[in-house]
Amino acid sequence: MTKSGTLYKEQKQQVSAPDQNGYFGRFGGRFVPETLMPALEKLSETYNRVKNDPPFATELKDLLKDYAGRETPLYYARRLSEKLGGARIFLKREDLTHTGAHKINNALGQVLLAARMGKTRIIAETGAGQHGVATATAAALMGLECVVYMGSLDIVRQALNVTRMKMLGAQVVPVNDGSCSLKDAVNAAIRDWVTNVANTHYIIGSVIGPHPYPMIVRDFQCVIGKEARKQMLEQAKKLPDVAIACVGAGSNAIGLFHAFLGDPVRLIGVEAAGYGLDTGRHAASLCAGSPGVLHGALLYLLQDENGQITEAHSIAAGLDYPGVGPEHGMLKDIERVTYVAVTDQEAVQGFMELAGIEGIIPALESAHAIAYLKKFAGTMSKDDTILVCLSGRGDKDVAQVAEYLDSKSVSGSDENDSKSANYSSTSAENQK
Amino acid sequence: MTSKITSQFEKAAMQNRAAYVPFIMGGFPNDDTFIRLLKALDDCSADVIEVGVPFSDPLADGPTIQKAGKIALDNGSSLRKILGTLGEVSVDIHAPIVLMTYWNPILRMGVDEFGDKAKAANISGVIIPDLPPEEAGYWIKVARAHEIDTIFMVAPTTTPKRLETIVNLSKGFVYLVSMTGVTGSALVVSDALLKTVANLKRLTSVPVAVGFGVSNPEQVAALSNVADGVIVGSALIKKCLEADDDVSAIDAVSSLSRGIIGALGRN
Ligand SMILES: Cc1ncc(COP(=O)(O)O)c(C=O)c1O
Repeated sequence: MTKSGTLYKEQKQQVSAPDQNGYFGRFGGRFVPETLMPALEKLSETYNRVKNDPPFATELKDLLKDYAGRETPLYYARRLSEKLGGARIFLKREDLTHTGAHKINNALGQVLLAARMGKTRIIAETGAGQHGVATATAAALMGLECVVYMGSLDIVRQALNVTRMKMLGAQVVPVNDGSCSLKDAVNAAIRDWVTNVANTHYIIGSVIGPHPYPMIVRDFQCVIGKEARKQMLEQAKKLPDVAIACVGAGSNAIGLFHAFLGDPVRLIGVEAAGYGLDTGRHAASLCAGSPGVLHGALLYLLQDENGQITEAHSIAAGLDYPGVGPEHGMLKDIERVTYVAVTDQEAVQGFMELAGIEGIIPALESAHAIAYLKKFAGTMSKDDTILVCLSGRGDKDVAQVAEYLDSKSVSGSDENDSKSANYSSTSAENQK
Repeated sequence: MTSKITSQFEKAAMQNRAAYVPFIMGGFPNDDTFIRLLKALDDCSADVIEVGVPFSDPLADGPTIQKAGKIALDNGSSLRKILGTLGEVSVDIHAPIVLMTYWNPILRMGVDEFGDKAKAANISGVIIPDLPPEEAGYWIKVARAHEIDTIFMVAPTTTPKRLETIVNLSKGFVYLVSMTGVTGSALVVSDALLKTVANLKRLTSVPVAVGFGVSNPEQVAALSNVADGVIVGSALIKKCLEADDDVSAIDAVSSLSRGIIGALGRN
């Protein structure tokens, strides 16, 4: 992997999808019970009406600025760049938003939509708890009732965010089905919505679900890439050669990528390889899955030969989901974005490295993007630039990572072997 | 050609009653008892029998059917296996069989292959709760080619415009979802519901069957005056979940079915 120019595949594909049926290429659509179809039609209609409506746009813009703290900084990570020994690495600091992750961009947008539709009750699913916290925050701000569904496994591993949601006035409902994580929380939220659709708006937390959700969430997250593109031109005086983001269900990645789809910028999405792609215990739907229908859309997912959805695994609760949004399926098919995966262990090493070398504790989700840098940044030249979406902060993860390190005792070794899975200098031992 | 399913509704109407459409789950509580339940319901003279295919993420289902689905999946049940079983036993079953499955198992099998296999298994109709008419184009083509009825759902939220489309695409019967909710939720047979049924019937000559939450003879008696059929699922599954053994499960299902059948008459 040398000059990104040689790797960039010219694609003049129409990327302003979806079509009016909600399809991105062959992915997307609306696969939901009839009860919800009218609500989706109404949501599409409302969104199309208000999205270019100046009062709506202004209200959202002001909230993003004064309440959520946008624009977020673009930070040149000098020490990390030097350590990896190649391209200059820039971090888009979504971790510095109010509530600490990109999820707030979507939550604020959707809560305004809900208010426009006259809904009085908000529901959401959450994995890492970041979307739950963002939604609880936005609901508190608007004075709306809020119920968040969360897998019981995630309630344990993201305890800090559970407390936050409760303090924000949300009711957190534990979900004990299936894998007790994000997928099951979405099922529970959809069942609530089917029951209470008259007064309730469901704020989906990523670019999944039936049309128009993948489009709406994408549009609200596009602010990440729009700002970053402008900031790169200002600070680095050029577009990045590579833009990279972690991919759970795909919202921070699509939000970063969209501004660069028409540019000669290499785009990389990093999925969760969990214990390793060959173990079958991972959450890498694009790298190792196949197309199917889950939660109302046709997308890449993990399934068995009978079409049953299989359980995902990732150390990062926000990536622990067996599907990826339909637009990513299209971007994979047209080879505009390259999708790769890193393991739990690599992610924890990325987490520790960023903390130790830059003084930034990233979310475990974001740490997947950081971890992948090690695999290629060193092969690039100093004139090259890499833009990373640092999607969230890692306060929620510190207890889990400490526990992981205690059990694994990840050691920093083999500093010179860039292919090694092990990071160095900031070993677990140093941190304890 | 009138479908086998429609004929059953016509027969019931001639007897001045609504049709009884029970729902059981393929492979639940186990393979053998599933087949015996099918025969028991047929012996009770159920008019149409719905067989559910378990799915890992049944987002239209309440806790009871979720639980049954999980047990069935743990038993190794699958769309392929259920079609195989039904192919073997359907010659002994008089009632037409309707398959109820989420879309992904069909998609995974391949829509064409599913059409062939369903035909071979004597399936008369298919209900796909997460496949609205907008996404059903290809499936409808395959189903028509195999003379399998496409049964679509109408919900309390359905707009007049959608209603027309759904009714036009429905064959066999139209499935009226009694409430905004998941299967097995508590149902109150209100005047509003009865009016919805009557309004829907005015729109179409296809029979209208009401389901979701229908669980006892009292509800059935009220619905039977207007609806062409009643669908009972979670209540039967619940009897099985509560039973001590397979024999008492079958007895409990038969006994509830007889109570319901006794309430189908119109006054
Ligand atoms: C900080 C952070 N990054 C990334 C994700 C993954 O979601 P997505 O792929 O939609 O960006 C989450 C989800 O919870 C998250 O909290």
